[in-house]
Amino acid sequence: MGKTQQFSAFIKKEFRHIFRDRRSMLILLGMPIIQIILFGFAITTEVKNAQVAVFDPSNDIATQRIIHRLHASEYFHIAYYPNHPEDINQLFQEGKIQLAILFNDHFDQRLKHTGDASVQLLADATDPNQASIMVGYASNILAAFQQEWMQECRIPLQIIPEIRMLYNPQMKGAYNFVPGVMGLILMLICAMMTSIAIVREKETGTMEVLLASPIKPGYVIFSKVIPYFSLSVVNLITILLLSVFVLGVPVSGSLFWLVIVSFLFITVALSLGILISTIVRTQVAAMLISGMALMMPVMLLSGMIFPVENMPLILQGLSHIVPAKWFILAVKKLMIEGLALRFVLKEFAILALMALLLITVSLKKFKVRLS
Amino acid sequence: MNTIEVHELTKKFGDFTAVDSISFDVATGEVLGFLGANGAGKTTAMRMLCGLSKPSSGQGRVAGFDIVRQPEQIKKNIGYMSQKFSLYEDLKVWENIRLFAGIYGMENRLIATKTDEMLHRLGFASEKNTIVKTLPLGWKQKLAFSVSIFHEPKIVFLDEPTGGVDPITRRQFWELIYQAAHRGITLFVTTHYMDEAEYCNRISMMVDGRIEALGTPKQLKQQFQATSIDEVFRKLARKAVRNE
Amino acid sequence: MIQVRQISKNYKNVQALKELSFEVQAGEIFGIIGPDGAGKTSLFRILATLLLADSGSARVANLDVVQDYKKIRSRIGYMPGRFSLYQDLSVIENLELFATVFNTSVKENYDLIKDIYCQIEPFKDRKAGKLSGGMKQKLALSCALIHKPTVLFLDEPTTGVDPVSRKEFWDMLRKLKQQGITILVSTPYMDEASLCDRIALIQNGQFLHIDSPQNMVKQFPKPLYAMETIENYKWLNTLKNDARIASVYICGEKLHLTFKADPALHLPDLVPVAPTIEDCFIHLMQYN
Repeated sequence: MGKTQQFSAFIKKEFRHIFRDRRSMLILLGMPIIQIILFGFAITTEVKNAQVAVFDPSNDIATQRIIHRLHASEYFHIAYYPNHPEDINQLFQEGKIQLAILFNDHFDQRLKHTGDASVQLLADATDPNQASIMVGYASNILAAFQQEWMQECRIPLQIIPEIRMLYNPQMKGAYNFVPGVMGLILMLICAMMTSIAIVREKETGTMEVLLASPIKPGYVIFSKVIPYFSLSVVNLITILLLSVFVLGVPVSGSLFWLVIVSFLFITVALSLGILISTIVRTQVAAMLISGMALMMPVMLLSGMIFPVENMPLILQGLSHIVPAKWFILAVKKLMIEGLALRFVLKEFAILALMALLLITVSLKKFKVRLS
Repeated sequence: MNTIEVHELTKKFGDFTAVDSISFDVATGEVLGFLGANGAGKTTAMRMLCGLSKPSSGQGRVAGFDIVRQPEQIKKNIGYMSQKFSLYEDLKVWENIRLFAGIYGMENRLIATKTDEMLHRLGFASEKNTIVKTLPLGWKQKLAFSVSIFHEPKIVFLDEPTGGVDPITRRQFWELIYQAAHRGITLFVTTHYMDEAEYCNRISMMVDGRIEALGTPKQLKQQFQATSIDEVFRKLARKAVRNE
Repeated sequence: MIQVRQISKNYKNVQALKELSFEVQAGEIFGIIGPDGAGKTSLFRILATLLLADSGSARVANLDVVQDYKKIRSRIGYMPGRFSLYQDLSVIENLELFATVFNTSVKENYDLIKDIYCQIEPFKDRKAGKLSGGMKQKLALSCALIHKPTVLFLDEPTTGVDPVSRKEFWDMLRKLKQQGITILVSTPYMDEASLCDRIALIQNGQFLHIDSPQNMVKQFPKPLYAMETIENYKWLNTLKNDARIASVYICGEKLHLTFKADPALHLPDLVPVAPTIEDCFIHLMQYN
């Protein structure tokens, strides 16, 4: 019997533990799906009857046709025709409108003579997702009109929508939840599940038998790590597929480096799980510690829900030691902002350092004896 | 007078007859050992007696109440103590007493006076404010038993009451049990340990859902020509067809 | 096979073991007998190299439990108090796993476990968690034996097991002894003492006495009498206050008595009886 056989026997055993606990496995595999879908729906992607104000100083045939089209669509309800552009601010502040459309004066003439006229689209971006969808719909309507008008007049013309997002110009938070959910789920599965799996053996006493046997404790630990690593990979794939195909959040940067940074984060989380398992004795304690010490910071300090920049300095400082924060930052940069590798080198370095540190500490803390 | 009267009590789960038409009486102040291998139907029978499970057929009266129609009254008149769960370890001695007495609806003033009286009798008066966890095992057991009879139940169910305690404590524990029996409390003891069973006034042995033997330890030993209850049990258990 | 010298172990403010010393010969069944909390499990864990003693030394199979712990671990079989099996794995999966742990296979050592394992083999695809106490115990023993250990440590192997399985278990230990395996076994049940070659009575982390069960009973210092009455409890209370009686206590359906001076009092149905290990334990506890 070789060492590899011992190791593979243990990995097989771990997979059996996981597959035979149907309920936990369903939760583990279903959780990312449910979270993505829940978060996805919590951020409304459906725009219906958005209240719109139109400032139309030209009031000519072109603007009339555009307004008519906007009106006809189920997305918009044109509620106000203010006489002065200044009134629009007021309407936004009172929350009466979500979108404002401002035409130039002499829109039709400009369009026909110079071939280009501009429209300003102002959107309330406190809900950035909704804002971008509204603007998208409005732009589409404008483009359709332009197409039609071009065919009628047979002259090349262009309507340039000028878009401005109010209150949240950088559109923060729109897809923040995707990296956040990735951080949360990977942390949960790797840290919580590994620590529980190891502590369970302590609780049932099987660890006592294994310790009293010649098997190397490292085998026992690493055989636990591998199944949860593979589960995490499955979840990673699920989340990425869901976000690309269901939420329409594309991976705009390098997929390769996104995967690498995820593996790095999984390693950090797994070593955290092992570390927790060396400290606690009961599964309940393992769950509480991973819940309180890992999940809460991930949710609160990683910028997943609340922007870190707005937090008190102490909490900002504290957020630096939350691995998920760096992971989420890296994923945002790679996945959403589409930045190149050199922009995430810092995050990579920090995560790698954390992994190294945690592995060393947990190996040191792991005992070959009880207590 | 009988505290427990059971007539042809049967419990079926689908095709499976867990308890098969058992009949027996337990006199007031008697200590009955209720034995049987795993899966013989002991637990099911006990649940019916406590009013926790309805019999499929047959009748039974416990503490004067019908087990089918008056389960709530039965619950008020029974006590329970098991080796596994008896007292809350992180509560103080008096807090445990107060909690359990309160569950049975005793008045606060009565609880207070009875608590002092009981602790004094046990010689635990100085331990009133001790956290139960820190007491020696034997003391915990004695205390747990005293708490289980604190509300003066008519009958107390004991599950392996003296497993794992030292022989002297064990004897003190049985003295408490006899004392309770002397005061008219009926004791219903289940155990895996046959030498513990020898302390009971009468022993019932269940095999495959039926009571195959019932009598004093001496009678059973004579009947089965055995030197110990352990041997009686083994002779009977060999007949068992059920294998869990 | 096992040598223990002056082993002490303390937890926070409890002294679990107080300078214990004893030796177990090769091929012996040695019983550690005492109530819960007496220190049995701590002792077993020290010998199984799972716990470090605060002071003293111990050798198992002529190896030091601290320095040579790795070597010891491949030579001993250890069955902790709770049957430590994987509840969600089947009987055969458990057995195979433990065989791999010890770098062996079920086939290789099947002879040794055959007698025990064949009783649970019909249920080999059943999950360990669904087995009865007796069957779990047999599986745990098979797992502890799978690598042909020279010493077997069994910590309370019969707790929570029905009398029939207990009897079978002790029969199995006898057979293992014949195959030359040294067995250290602990139990809180005094009636199991007579099944050991030698026993140590333990109470509060100290040995009260070490001897063969036969010798221990022989050394009981006074003639012991048994009395059988219908009203044991009443008699007990009466006799406790009798100055002529050295000790009186209940023992099953009888009362056991010793007298300060013989001949005995005139009491009904008084017969001399041979003391049991339990009587010895009581005597030693009172004596210490």
